[in-house]
Order: sequence, then C-alpha cells, then structure tokens
Amino acid sequence: MAPVTEILISFFIVISGIFGLVGSYGLIKLRDTMQRLHAPTKATTLGVGGALIASMLYFLLVKDSFSFHELLITLFLFLTAPITANFISKAFMVNNLRPKDVPETGRDYGWAIYDDPPQLKEPEAEGKGE
Amino acid sequence: MIEIALLFAFGCYSLGLLFNLWRITRGPDAADRILALDTMVINVIALLILYGIREGTSVYYEASMLVAMVGFVSTVAYCRFILRGDIIE
Repeated sequence: MAPVTEILISFFIVISGIFGLVGSYGLIKLRDTMQRLHAPTKATTLGVGGALIASMLYFLLVKDSFSFHELLITLFLFLTAPITANFISKAFMVNNLRPKDVPETGRDYGWAIYDDPPQLKEPEAEGKGE
Repeated sequence: MIEIALLFAFGCYSLGLLFNLWRITRGPDAADRILALDTMVINVIALLILYGIREGTSVYYEASMLVAMVGFVSTVAYCRFILRGDIIE
C-alpha cells in the first residue's frame, strides 16, 4: 500500500485514540457532574468518528471494498448522544437540585421534571391561537 | 505504521476504560455512574471498530452497532428508573 494511504489512516487512528483518552480523562478531571457531562462528547464525536473514518479509508483504499455501515454507526451515535445527555442531566437535577435552584422558565409551565405536564387544550380553544 | 497507530489507540482506549471504571466506583451521584457507563459503551464501540481494522474483517461493525443500540437503551432505561421510579409506565 502507498505510504500516503498508510500515513492518512494512521493519522485518523491516532486522532481517535487521543480524543477517546481526552474524553475519558475529562470524567475524572472535571469537578462537577454538569461539567463532566461535557467531556464524553469529545469521545463520541471525534473519537468514534476518527475510528470510523480510518476504518472506511482502510477498507476503501486497502481492501477495495466500500461499505456504509460506518456511516450508520456515526448517524446512530449522533442521534442518540443528545438524548442520552438530556436524560442524564434530568436524573442529576431530580436528585440534587430543588426548584428554587433553577431559573424561571418564563412561561406558563415550569420545568418538566418538577411540574406536571401541561394539560391538553380543549378542541374549540385550539383555533383561537395565543 | 498502521499497526503502531492501532496499538497506540488500543492503549488510549484501555486507559480511558480504566478512568471510566474509577468514575463508576467513586461517582458521588447516580448521574455520574450513568455517564461513566455511557462513556464506557462509546469506548467499547471505538475499540471494536479498531479491532475490526486490525483483523481486516467487517464482522465487527455489526457487533459495534449492537453495542451502540444496547448501550443507548440501557442508559435511557437507567435514567428513566431514577426519574420516574419505573421503566415502562
């Protein structure tokens, strides 16, 4: 295989390893749970992304077989990462923060984890708008 | 060269898994433990993909896809259990 190919694939693998390590090191370095929520996003996007790019390049350039499976994993991870982060922060808020610790929402309804969900409007009231 | 890069990445992710384990054992809150478990799943996905490069087969994509799905479902289930006291209402 060509040296350029080898260097390119190795570059992406090394980038992936460094960012995976940074993402996990942030978990023990940062002080607060809400700060720690920030660290593993690096491992998700750049760590796994770099590994997937390296894998695609390897199978395309070395094995001459292109596959979309890597893109599928990337898509799935990018779709699920925000949902996971939202759920984890909600779990943290339920255990550690009281309603007076968080700012007002500025709307009719409060935070979803402390208040009941808003009741559905009556069908005839829907057409009036707000 | 790819072999050396792969060994380096394996070392990085293995160290990351140990860091996650430390956070799981010490985590002051349940949210920390869930976060560390989720990061562990992500590290395992990356390790599986890199192992697939090393072995030269594409079998490990399916395995990493399954790990990603199971990890997401388990994270959401654990969070829901803390939030509502029940997984499926």
